[in-house]
Amino acid sequence: MSVSRFWRKIPQRYNLIGTQCTSCGRYFFPPRSLCPDCRRSGKIVDHKFNGEGTVVTYTVIRSASDQFEHTTPYVLAIVELDEGPRLTTQVACLPEEAKIGMRVRSVFRRIAADGESGTIHYGTKFVPVE
Amino acid sequence: MRDVAVIGVGCTEFGEHWGTSFRDLFVKAGALALEDAGLSGENLDALYVGNMSAGRFVEQEHIGALIADYAGLATNHVPSTRVEAACASGGLAFRQAVIAVASGMEDIVVAAGVEKMTDVGTGASVDMLASAADREWEGFAGATFPGLYAMIATDYMHRYPLTREQLAQVAVKNHENGAKNPIAQFRNRITVDTVLNSSLVADPLRLFDCSPITDGAAAVVVVPLERAREFTDSPVRVLASAQASDTIALHDRRDISTLDASVAAGKRAFAQAGLTHKDIDMLEVHDCFTIAEICAIEDLGFCKKGEAGRLTEEGVTALGGEIPVNTSGGLKACGHPVGATGIKQIYEIVNQLRGEAAGRQVDAEIGMAHNVGGTGATVVVHILGA
Repeated sequence: MSVSRFWRKIPQRYNLIGTQCTSCGRYFFPPRSLCPDCRRSGKIVDHKFNGEGTVVTYTVIRSASDQFEHTTPYVLAIVELDEGPRLTTQVACLPEEAKIGMRVRSVFRRIAADGESGTIHYGTKFVPVE
Repeated sequence: MRDVAVIGVGCTEFGEHWGTSFRDLFVKAGALALEDAGLSGENLDALYVGNMSAGRFVEQEHIGALIADYAGLATNHVPSTRVEAACASGGLAFRQAVIAVASGMEDIVVAAGVEKMTDVGTGASVDMLASAADREWEGFAGATFPGLYAMIATDYMHRYPLTREQLAQVAVKNHENGAKNPIAQFRNRITVDTVLNSSLVADPLRLFDCSPITDGAAAVVVVPLERAREFTDSPVRVLASAQASDTIALHDRRDISTLDASVAAGKRAFAQAGLTHKDIDMLEVHDCFTIAEICAIEDLGFCKKGEAGRLTEEGVTALGGEIPVNTSGGLKACGHPVGATGIKQIYEIVNQLRGEAAGRQVDAEIGMAHNVGGTGATVVVHILGA
């Protein structure tokens, strides 16, 4: 991912900032700038999510693209945030610990790097809530 | 709107064609289709080419022009258009050709698909295929394409009574069919144990749950039905051409285990054709992973959610079964050159309906093709009739 492409979404990737349509109240993460329900009549504002959610489904990635190969195996999940939206994320736990319905919370982590000398991509992962 | 018919089909062998280039693959498939239709090529009105990612697989864009050129159509200035919808690019190219002919704008049109995947390493391929999903919010987190379908499988198996063995039987059945298909990448039979003993790719999916990386091309010729008899004694009619979209990311779907775009495209296709499920004699569905075939059979409405595993186990979807699924070997055994797959599905159905499928022939007059882009963000469904 190019530097500008990563950089422009740093608030969203680091701090779980998505959006909300104040016309209908629906939350979006990943952020959307157009509400699919209200379309042009929707008013979109930023929203910082509280970072807690539940694992909807998951897998353990054993074979990854070159960028992620050195971190395999890792748990990849779809997490439903308490405010409603769902996102795809890694869960920092052992493969055998992952389960559907598991409560998780967001943490700031290194995600990947563009080779030896490229940008290091930080972002959000989730960890099990004790 | 005019009725449309397929009058010729061609397909390269699917596999790892180290000695054959992107353009040579395409030219071979195109020549086979034109030969089958009894055309020389100079009377073509247009060309639609499905291709997912030549830009990244062979660092070549402007595919429409390249193909027109090497197919010998550039000096006649035949319009040539590339169509892209990830793994559904082929099905979408066929649909564009059908729309062009049905509208009356064009008469003799080639729909083709081509992908040359083995010029890059496996890691690079995995990364490219992940771009069929949401690069910024799925790929960024480390989602691979098998990983996304694995999350469908986890959700599905949590909610419905699908066993790991039933899932494996999808691959076993498709290899059985592939063994009888002279263009298939894998013509070897496998057992449930082959699947269960293969390495884990993304739990619960193992290597033998996944379609392979493949080079290949396929092409078909479509004309108005009223002109079809000028070219062939056995035209195949296009009874329906439907397409549907859904969210690009799996996490935004209404239901992780249901491809709503398959449901929508299937319903639209049945409505267009004025047919019901019992009229369909065979299915070519998008089994990029074993779980995808299970979902496809259900989402197209051939059984209730949760039943396709049992039907597969009982042989209902096998060659001799009530509704044969993926007689070509599917993406799993025939191979999956992403842009070519949707056209290969049409190629297989036309061969079956004409009675030219040799060792894997089924008794069929009407067939359905189901081609998926990404994890279900685009679905294209066609119904063909003898």
